[in-house]
Amino acid sequence: MIGNFPYVAVAILIGLGFYTLIFKKNLIKIAIGITLIECGANLFLITLGYRKGSVAPIYTQAPEGMNMVLPTPQALTLTSIVIGVATTALILSIAMIIYKKYGTINTDEVRRLKE
Amino acid sequence: MSSILTHSPALVMALPLLAAFLTPVVGRFNRKILGWFISAILGLTLGITILMAIQILTNGSMIYVFGGGDAGLTLPSGYTVPIRIIFHIDGMGIFMGLITAVVSFLAAIYSLSFMQKESGLEKYYALLLLLATGMFGMEFTGDIFNFFVFLEIASISSVALIAFRSNFSGEPAEAGFKYMVVSSISALMVLFAIGLFYGQYDVLNMATIASVMQFTQLDKIALILLVTVLSMKAGSVPMHMWTPDAYSEAPAAITMVLVAASQASLYALFRVCFSLYNISLNTVTIGWIIIILGVLSMFIGVTMAIIQKDIKRLMAYHAISQTGYMLLGVGVGLAVLANPVALNSFGIKAMEGSIFHIMNHAMYKGLLFLTAGALFYRTGTRDLNKMGGLANNMFYTTIFFIIGAAAIAGIPPFNGFASKLMIYESVYKFNPLLSIIAMLVSILTLASFVKVFHSAFLGPKLEQYKKVQEVPKSMLFAMATLACIIVLFGLFPDVIVKNLVHPAVMALINQTNYTATILGGI
Repeated sequence: MIGNFPYVAVAILIGLGFYTLIFKKNLIKIAIGITLIECGANLFLITLGYRKGSVAPIYTQAPEGMNMVLPTPQALTLTSIVIGVATTALILSIAMIIYKKYGTINTDEVRRLKE
Repeated sequence: MSSILTHSPALVMALPLLAAFLTPVVGRFNRKILGWFISAILGLTLGITILMAIQILTNGSMIYVFGGGDAGLTLPSGYTVPIRIIFHIDGMGIFMGLITAVVSFLAAIYSLSFMQKESGLEKYYALLLLLATGMFGMEFTGDIFNFFVFLEIASISSVALIAFRSNFSGEPAEAGFKYMVVSSISALMVLFAIGLFYGQYDVLNMATIASVMQFTQLDKIALILLVTVLSMKAGSVPMHMWTPDAYSEAPAAITMVLVAASQASLYALFRVCFSLYNISLNTVTIGWIIIILGVLSMFIGVTMAIIQKDIKRLMAYHAISQTGYMLLGVGVGLAVLANPVALNSFGIKAMEGSIFHIMNHAMYKGLLFLTAGALFYRTGTRDLNKMGGLANNMFYTTIFFIIGAAAIAGIPPFNGFASKLMIYESVYKFNPLLSIIAMLVSILTLASFVKVFHSAFLGPKLEQYKKVQEVPKSMLFAMATLACIIVLFGLFPDVIVKNLVHPAVMALINQTNYTATILGGI
């Protein structure tokens, strides 16, 4: 049961992220929502890589006789974190440009394209 | 020569990727040759892609293992799955690769004069190259996590390109923000689906996942996630809200590449349905879901297009509507996948029509966006009500526009007619109503382009456009190339369908071939 807690956390993080995306009208908060979903996905991947009784896959540091986990999920998560940084930086810089041009970051007022 | 061919999958990726990081350096030394440098790189990439296409279409699919060695190499512990990143290029992948190569090369040529007056060209070209890399990667990779990485590369660079013109107004940034939100959610959901696969099967190679697929409850969740987000990225109704904004605010050459980028997502959708799940899923249900998405996109896209005043926005809604045709034909193919009699009598033909339509759409929609860009270049407006009488001043642009408009409306002898006829014929045997809707949409498309032609090109010369001239030669060259392709494809559709499209469709349908090429060595 307790082993499933990380998955519950994943569900909560992704749920909160979608809630923020759908109901919040502030562009910065939308960026936060995306980051939350991203954290959920990363936590999901890293949880999949956990095996009870195994150690981190650092070859020189592993004690004798212990199994190392397969490092693929860790590698995936690192890649995904790096991509996430780029995404967040880009989305925040676009939000900055929008604030400069429109004077607001409320999604109800940032809608010149709809007219 | 043969070593170029052996390493061509890596070269097609490496050339634009490395050139993208060289671009700022080249731009610092000499701004004038920058555009030519980029065009040369993308031309070279196009050449290699064509070589690769010839190789694949004669000798079957190509495997390229990064890190070298045999694809079947396994861990010493006896763990028998492909452990490295493997590029797996079959008929369908190279078909999309050709589209990407042609479109990105022509975009670079067009930008030579189109973007000349803009500042920050190094960034523009570097992003264009990265976008091309991302698209090639999505189409060639055989590794699902690798697919996610390239999806992100493509979406991050296209967001920056959409928002490129936000120096003067906020609209491009607004469109960019919308696309960024859409594409990051899509990519994260793809990542989540990858997690679901990895958690169950411990592999990331698509062919290996396909061979051990159990179709459990988790696989169904992954399927729903993938179908939803990939059709969102492909811009089908009801997830189309980003398409008109992004397409209309990006610079014209980039819009053309963006069309190909959303088709890369469409390709991924087909790859997931056919190669990853294939017959193990309930093909009738998923097929009908895709058909309904297609019909909705066709109809809503075209009805929204008719009322638009902004020329690029109008064309963007048509892009949604044409995406519907591709979804419709492939959906029919998917719905009859489990039924060999129906598959052979019309399913394969419906899919051939749709896959052919992907290439045709990239060509004529690219041409139309380029003519819209040419009009914007000379008149400085995208509003149809402010244009008029431009046929007097821009003779060649007018002709190219007529070719593009006739092709999108499905008038013979242009390429749109060839693929649409195949879709009508075969879909009629599946369900006559769908075929009739498709024809109706085609008529509405024609009506809407007659309106554009009338308001932009016909009528007396307007006072403010007296001094308007024909656009520069590099822009004309890009448009002329696309127009030639459209006419050639329209005149000889049989040759293209037999040599390019049929292998692509067969690569999608034959899942066993797809898995056997990777797993043969294990």
